[in-house]
Amino acid sequence: MVPLSYYLVLSGILFACGVTGFLIKRNIITIFMSIELMLNGVNLSFVAFAAHWHVLAGQVFVFFVMVVAAAEAAVGLAIIIAVYRTRETLNIDQVNLLKL
Amino acid sequence: MTSSLNLWLIPTLPLAGAAINGFLGKRSSRTAVSTIGLFFSGAAFAWALIVVLRLSSFELPYQEYVAHWIRSGTFSVDFTFYLDQLSLVMLLVVTGVGFLIHIYSVGYMWDDPSYYRFFTYLNLFMFFMLTLILANNYLLMFIGWEGVGLASYLLIGFWFTKDSAASAGKKAFIVNRIGDFGFLIGLFLIIQHFGSLSFTQVFAKVQPLSPETGGAGLLTAIGILLMVGACGKSAQIPLYVWLPDAMEGPTPVSALIHAATMVTAGVYMVSRSHVIFERAPIALTVVAIIGTLTALFAATIGITQTDIKKVLAYSTVSQLGYMFMACGAGAFSAGIFHLMTHAFFKGLLFLGAGSVIHAVGGEQDMRKMGGLKTYIPITFTTMLIATLAIAGIPPLAGFWSKDEILWKAYQANPVYWAVGVITAFITSFYMFRLLFMTFWGDYKGIKVDDHGHAHATQGHGDHDHAEPHESPMVMLVPLVILAILSTIGGLVGIHNGFEHFLEPVFGSEFPKAITEGTGSTEWLLMGVSVIFAFAGLILAYVLYVSKPYLPQKIADALNGFYTTVLNKYYVDEIYARIFVKPLVDGSTSILWQGVDRKVIDDTVNNAADGARHVSDEVRHMQSGNLRSYAGWIAAGAAVLIAYMVWLGVGR
Repeated sequence: MVPLSYYLVLSGILFACGVTGFLIKRNIITIFMSIELMLNGVNLSFVAFAAHWHVLAGQVFVFFVMVVAAAEAAVGLAIIIAVYRTRETLNIDQVNLLKL
Repeated sequence: MTSSLNLWLIPTLPLAGAAINGFLGKRSSRTAVSTIGLFFSGAAFAWALIVVLRLSSFELPYQEYVAHWIRSGTFSVDFTFYLDQLSLVMLLVVTGVGFLIHIYSVGYMWDDPSYYRFFTYLNLFMFFMLTLILANNYLLMFIGWEGVGLASYLLIGFWFTKDSAASAGKKAFIVNRIGDFGFLIGLFLIIQHFGSLSFTQVFAKVQPLSPETGGAGLLTAIGILLMVGACGKSAQIPLYVWLPDAMEGPTPVSALIHAATMVTAGVYMVSRSHVIFERAPIALTVVAIIGTLTALFAATIGITQTDIKKVLAYSTVSQLGYMFMACGAGAFSAGIFHLMTHAFFKGLLFLGAGSVIHAVGGEQDMRKMGGLKTYIPITFTTMLIATLAIAGIPPLAGFWSKDEILWKAYQANPVYWAVGVITAFITSFYMFRLLFMTFWGDYKGIKVDDHGHAHATQGHGDHDHAEPHESPMVMLVPLVILAILSTIGGLVGIHNGFEHFLEPVFGSEFPKAITEGTGSTEWLLMGVSVIFAFAGLILAYVLYVSKPYLPQKIADALNGFYTTVLNKYYVDEIYARIFVKPLVDGSTSILWQGVDRKVIDDTVNNAADGARHVSDEVRHMQSGNLRSYAGWIAAGAAVLIAYMVWLGVGR
């Protein structure tokens, strides 16, 4: 059986990849995918803990996270399309109209 | 219902008049305004008369409960009206003289653009004055007290576009505040020690106290504090300075408020509190000394004044001093007696002065009058009667009351009597001086009046003043009625009739020392005061009629002293230097520039400036750059995690 720590390390690596991608990428879609990566990194640690402690709560959490992620993907992609239509760019640095 | 006198109607009626005129008067005609004003003040007088007629079926003192006001623990104050012989006298004087002066005002103020405002204020004054008189507790009295102060302020500053009138109003109000401060503290002491403000309850608790059984200090303190209040309202030393300036108001106001009624409120209040004063000999002495000094002091100033209304103003201060002298001598009924006769003749003098001013087109300087007796004979006759009355020439009203006071003062302390007689002499002198300067000799005023010059300030007359002319009937009738009252008003004092009438209020047991015996002394004193009164008359005649060049010579001979008196002993200047200037300077440099601007304003401004500077810096974080936000979140999360890892959680 694979030890718990392996899963957690993988989860941490996935999450760190997500954060890094979120911070360094300029394309909105890439950033969006980085968010999904972070969410799945967290999901992985949830299921790992659930399997290890034999508690179902972790897996239930994962379902919730998936639902939220799906909803977020739907809304987020819609926003991305709207942004692209008005600004004709997906470069996040040029979408800064909320700046004071 | 039959068992009630409905006293509440008496103050409420003028209030209704004030409300109607105040809200609707601007759009109403002058006739409508005067009808309303006269009707409601007249109705109050009529109701007062009805009360008198129905008195036989009621027992005095009579109390009429109207409503709760304050209930706090054991302490309670109600709207209750109280009628006894003392308030009855005041009631008749105020409503009667007040109604006459309302009538007079119709003629005097007819051409004033703010006609309705005048009657509104006048009715409002009546309301508060009657509340003051009919109150059964100190607090309700205080409401009336403050209310008449307000009405007085509004009416002194009636021509508020004139700077001197506006500041005179403020001066009256502020000086009265000083007195009210003392009055209020006196009331607090009463509440603290007697747990009530109702006259009957307080006096019942004061009754057993006496200087010997202790409580003297307390009663003295209360008495002196009440006297401070009375000094403010009744223009006694040291707070008299507002009354002469109050002559900036229209003349009917001077007659009603600043001679006949409001300024006597202090005398009324002291008499009402006689139970307290009788048990505080020191306070009583203070009252007597203040009254005596004021009587003499103001009379001397009256000699030198040339403004006809200023002379009467100082005369009022002086006569009020007499009333306090009487109260201080324990002769409260004599004080109230003089209050009543003074209301008649001083009201008459002021109304007569108003008629004179009206006749000569707004001129108030007596040096520019003269010879008026042929032009305005009715005014002259009535003024003559009033002058004889105030000078104390028998058998006119002033003689009886003044003689009563001097007799009682003699029994209390011959010094009071001596000062009182000298004052009576001076009073007689300056009053006849006024009369001779105004009515004898040749007319020295302007024959043809240039329009709007003298008028604008007095607000009457577009008609030509080619010559001094008699006032309209509506002004003369009150003069004649008051002249009759000034003539016969004193007769109620014969055989101490007035004193016996007030006996249920003031009691006959105090001061015990006074016995009716020694009739010969009384006659002697009476003779002396009459001689002094005639001496004043003759001196005035010599100086101002037969040898009119003499006064100037005397003034030159007494140069320094004359100038001092002419300038009212520089009291206004001294007050300005000692009290007003330090207050203004202190307020300007410390309170305004120091506390207000440096501390309060700067605190607020600096707080706002600081907040702006901080946000100026911080807002750069809100760049609109999504990745920088994310970076901050990541950094924050990293710090949190580091904290948890190295310092641990939930320890």
